[in-house]
Amino acid sequence: MASALINVPAKAKRGQIIEIRTLMSHIMETGFRHTAAGELVPRDIITSFVCRYNGNEIFRADLFPAIAANPFISFFTVATESGKFDFEWIGDNGFSESASARITVE
Amino acid sequence: MKACPAISVAALLVMAAPLPATEIPQAQRRSGFSFMAPETRAMQDDDTANPGMLWVLDGEKLWNSKAGAASKACADCHSDAPVSMKGVAARYPAFDKRLGRPVDLEQRINLCRAEHQQATPLAYEGHDLLALTAFVARQSRGDAISAGSDGELQPFVAKGRELFMQRQGQLNLACANCHDDNFDKHLAGSAITQAHPTGYPEYRLEWQSLGSLQRRLRSCIFGIRAQPYDYGAPELVELELYLMSRAKGMPMETPAVRP
Repeated sequence: MASALINVPAKAKRGQIIEIRTLMSHIMETGFRHTAAGELVPRDIITSFVCRYNGNEIFRADLFPAIAANPFISFFTVATESGKFDFEWIGDNGFSESASARITVE
Repeated sequence: MKACPAISVAALLVMAAPLPATEIPQAQRRSGFSFMAPETRAMQDDDTANPGMLWVLDGEKLWNSKAGAASKACADCHSDAPVSMKGVAARYPAFDKRLGRPVDLEQRINLCRAEHQQATPLAYEGHDLLALTAFVARQSRGDAISAGSDGELQPFVAKGRELFMQRQGQLNLACANCHDDNFDKHLAGSAITQAHPTGYPEYRLEWQSLGSLQRRLRSCIFGIRAQPYDYGAPELVELELYLMSRAKGMPMETPAVRP
């Protein structure tokens, strides 16, 4: 069960700089920790995040073991046209989640 | 000599240390929120930045999904959580007539599962129990805490208070030695708060996860090098009850964020 929290302004003026904030639930297990019995806990992290604005990639990030659980990623873009933001998180063990949000540009 | 004032100050501190533990006056009681850095406060206040909301979202799914042999969802009996669960968490731990003792919100959820859903209990600190508890407690955000007002609860509040004042463990410390006598100071860089459990289950940055008040209590007990009570132990529920009664009148903050 993975949840995402997305914050994209519902409306913006053309040319306005907007902030996009995303929060994805994930344990981000580093792969460096051991259990009490001494066994290595296998790495389980998100490795990449992509945001597309009406199909065009506008932001991409690679994630690494030192990033805390439930990664919070925030970035800025320019509101050019009404449409859809698509978000995609990909990680270890076949982890793949997506979410989207709509924006109206006036 | 330069060292002399320092030594005399240290001596004064040592002499002043065994202060009688007295409860904090009502007007000076503060939520743990007021001890935090502005950045952490902002994280708690923004529902799209507060990681605790991830558990609340999962809790909402669980609330509406059928479970157990009875194949009933929480929503089938309690319907709309924002209405039916409003203010409930602010009253917990509450007295259970059948058991003759107080139960906390996690135990109430598991009692409900056993009695009405004929489902197996959810594990303490497991994702599902934390999520359901967070979802239920979220409905009380902003409501004034009123737990421990019930007359039947008074002996249990008193037991919890006794435990709070009781020195224990290899460090021979009581909860009160930090939380009543030394709040607003620091313990290894962390703020010592007044022990008002206003936002459980809460997201601790240190845990990188949501956790219950019992987890917090067990960590504290481990910290004074005493043997922690097991999850669900009556002693932990009595402590929870006493702490909630200390925080009477404060608004609920679930899911709170703490460092």
